Amino acid sequence: MTASIPVLGNMVAPELLLEPGVDTAVKKRLADVALNAAKSQGATYTDVRIGRYLQQFMFTREQKVQNIVNAESYGVGIRVIVDGTWGFAATSDVTPDAIAKCAQTAVAIAKANARVQTEPVVLAPQKGVGEVSWKTPIQKNAFEIPVQQKVDLLMKVNSEAMKNGGAFVTSNLFFVNEQKYFASTDGSYIDQDIHRIWPTFTVSAVDRVTGKFKTRDAISSPMGMGYEYLDGLTTEKIPAPNGLVGYRNSYDMVEDATLAAKQVKEKLTAKTVQPGKYDLVLDPNHLGLTIHESVGHPTELDRVLGYEANYAGTSFATLDKWKTKSFKYGSPLVNIVADKKQPHTLGAVGYDDEGVPSKEWNLIKDGVLVNYQAIRDQVAIIGEKESHGCCYADNWNSVQFQRMPNVSLKAGSEKRSVFDMIKGVEKGIYIIGRGSYSIDQQRYNFQFGGQLFYEIKNGEITGMLDDVAYQSNTQEFWNSCAQLCDKDDYRMFGSFFDGKGQPSQVSAVSHGSPTTRFNGVNVINTGRKI
Amino acid sequence: MAIILTESEAKALLQKVLSYSKADECEVNLLGEERGNLRYARNEVSTSGSLINKNLVVQSAFGKKVGVATIDEFDDASLEKVVRRSEELAQLAPENPEYVGVLGPQQYMKSNGFFDSTATVTPDKRAEAVDKSLQLSRAAKLTAAGFLEDQYGYNAMMNSKGLFAYYPSTNVNFTLTVRTPDSKGSGYVARGYSDVSKLDTAAATQIAMQKAQGSAEARAIEPGKYTVILEPTAAVVLLENIFYNMDARSADEGRSYFSKSGGKSRLGDKIVDERVTIYSDPANADLPASPWSGDGRPQEKTMWIEKGVVKNLSYSRYWAQKQGKKAVPNPNNIIMTGGTASLEDMIKSTQRGILVTKLWYIREVDPQTILLTGLTRDGTFYIENGKIKFPVKNFRFNESPVIMLNNLETLGKPERVLSTESNQSYLIPPMKIREFTFTSLSDAV
Repeated sequence: MTASIPVLGNMVAPELLLEPGVDTAVKKRLADVALNAAKSQGATYTDVRIGRYLQQFMFTREQKVQNIVNAESYGVGIRVIVDGTWGFAATSDVTPDAIAKCAQTAVAIAKANARVQTEPVVLAPQKGVGEVSWKTPIQKNAFEIPVQQKVDLLMKVNSEAMKNGGAFVTSNLFFVNEQKYFASTDGSYIDQDIHRIWPTFTVSAVDRVTGKFKTRDAISSPMGMGYEYLDGLTTEKIPAPNGLVGYRNSYDMVEDATLAAKQVKEKLTAKTVQPGKYDLVLDPNHLGLTIHESVGHPTELDRVLGYEANYAGTSFATLDKWKTKSFKYGSPLVNIVADKKQPHTLGAVGYDDEGVPSKEWNLIKDGVLVNYQAIRDQVAIIGEKESHGCCYADNWNSVQFQRMPNVSLKAGSEKRSVFDMIKGVEKGIYIIGRGSYSIDQQRYNFQFGGQLFYEIKNGEITGMLDDVAYQSNTQEFWNSCAQLCDKDDYRMFGSFFDGKGQPSQVSAVSHGSPTTRFNGVNVINTGRKI
Repeated sequence: MAIILTESEAKALLQKVLSYSKADECEVNLLGEERGNLRYARNEVSTSGSLINKNLVVQSAFGKKVGVATIDEFDDASLEKVVRRSEELAQLAPENPEYVGVLGPQQYMKSNGFFDSTATVTPDKRAEAVDKSLQLSRAAKLTAAGFLEDQYGYNAMMNSKGLFAYYPSTNVNFTLTVRTPDSKGSGYVARGYSDVSKLDTAAATQIAMQKAQGSAEARAIEPGKYTVILEPTAAVVLLENIFYNMDARSADEGRSYFSKSGGKSRLGDKIVDERVTIYSDPANADLPASPWSGDGRPQEKTMWIEKGVVKNLSYSRYWAQKQGKKAVPNPNNIIMTGGTASLEDMIKSTQRGILVTKLWYIREVDPQTILLTGLTRDGTFYIENGKIKFPVKNFRFNESPVIMLNNLETLGKPERVLSTESNQSYLIPPMKIREFTFTSLSDAV
């Protein structure tokens, strides 16, 4: 699920975002206050996260800056196990006295809840890693780039979009920096500095006579990178049919806005789709969301076990299917990997929010379901001794829980470009970009739209289509996977604000894939007359 | 200083903040809140937490140059610092052509959304309420996953033109999903109140348990167009997409359902059945809401759709000034009038139809027609000759709430309901709709 844009923190002046956080030695002393206070109150396990979360969000429309949000959030979250039950409390008062009191509150909550608990929490062991640190390998810290330079970029994006036929345009930049200090009674003291970036826009076209309007969103991807993502390097551009461009690890926002304005005008007069079965050629900037919803979420072990039953739902990928070691999630071409390590991704960190080092593991191997995503209090259920390291909290005041790592479809081993792939399609649709999306609570039945749809007839693109959405069943869909482009076409899609949990928390996650072909998928027409 | 300030404490603090101001105009918003929650799944407590939050936002303006700064420390030095910082930001900012200045003093309606009962909930009380629910699901050998969250807080504002506003409120939300052990049946209930003494977790749990047991062994029937009875929990997640689109500027700019051919908006047009009336009223006792908006505009009783006709769209103060219209703010609550029919009456009068108790993962497919997609969930039932015959497998639908309200058969008695999509509460009736479009089947339970 994708949440609305959350601002977590207090508005501050932009230069405050450049101030260094508290020294690591001070944080260690404060963390020890929490660990000792909880232990003396009866906690058998404690972890503490001292977090400084920085955000800069910029919103513009046409030639106006609508809003610039500079936010800082600083505080401490303490999680304890007492009598086999979790307790959690948080405070923005980062002083030894307040931290000790907060630890007592967490213990009191655990004790109150222990009365209604019958099954004690069991944590997979994690050896302490001592005092360590990790940083996102950025080249340009986005928070150090002057606000005026960023405003100038967005104004250029907007003016090019308007010049090329857009009636309206909004453009945004989102920058996030998580400065997280984690300590636990296992003996870990982990300092991390994590950066993320998301440039995006929407161009609208309006026909005032007919009252018809259309939009085209950016085909950028949010990334675990610094401002260098906006360099627009030619070497990172992947040419595609009809003048389309795929962006790998460098994005040309002005070029994409110019293309978007031309394409959104074309959308106003595009042919409405004839419903039926089509072979779909799905661009990575579209397929990433399908992977997210139909593979990422159903392989979350907490969903499989029922911990999310009241909100996000459960999963069709049940333990009995996994235990057969032969459950055909997809065709033999389908190899899907989970990781917290791929460079430039939103999921890349050194350690998760319960002190587990980052890993990579298979979820689907040669089409067969082989594993899940699990954290310390669940992994024993699938017979493993170590957590996968995918526990995350979106703020110091949120409790950490299982969140999706990067989940990516491996590229094909045969040499193949998107041009080669389209040549082989008789009746198909080439889909680019993220559109409307919906999937049931066990992840069987889904419906996806997109930003751009092109009709393919006898190996050629014949024109743009409108009113396209495809409906399928997860297992049927992945078993219809017929062809993959190679590693030169492999790119990231990202979700910057993925929502899960109660109270709802956001997380950021990437999904890599090559352009991929799926045969005989059901396409519906979404046009209506009112 | 306490987290939750009384009206006089808030007034004194805001006056002190304004006394530091050297700007042409200054406006200060203040909030404080305490939240507590308890989550459970697989009939066991899973996570829980507590959170306190206080915040002061200062907006300073020199002409049309505006700066905003925020702080969560309220000592004198911090208060002066945040005012200076907002003034520095304003001096550096480009002119905002859409800045229209702050409002003078306003008169607000009376609305009581604060209840001591909710403000005094403790971790022990939360655990007790959840225990009542767990005892029932455990005894019936059903599996429960639920979430209880209470909140107590206040908002206040003051500006250099003499406007002052204060509103304390409390809220509690309880949601619960109960499943059969074989995962063949699932039932849901959601309850939201300002006054926690109205929350009966045991009674709510009974409803979810009945739906879980009743929905097991669902049969597949063909997708297509059906008469549906939507319980309020199902109806509200469709209707709120109409409310989201009622912004005058988007309509005037030609990029909303509320725009129409020829460059005009649908303001004044009849868009749905004449039995549909939707309004907002902060003083409604069943759904109290703040009588003022964040920019100090009064929330009045406002008709949005009356007898099927669009009566108002919401305007920013800038857009209203530009268009020469009244600056009607976005509503703080939404109430839809209904009839007198009970859900049972509506079932009895149905020859062939589907009872939908909850909808899930609602997304807009086409903003031009507010076409939405999503699925039924946690209890869907086939009705024949006035009786529920059997549970049916879940459907995906593609339908517009505008088309739906043109195909209206009956409206029932409105009740307070919590949206499972937005977490907002509304007063909405159950409704019977003909020709509702289901497009495919789902195996999900």
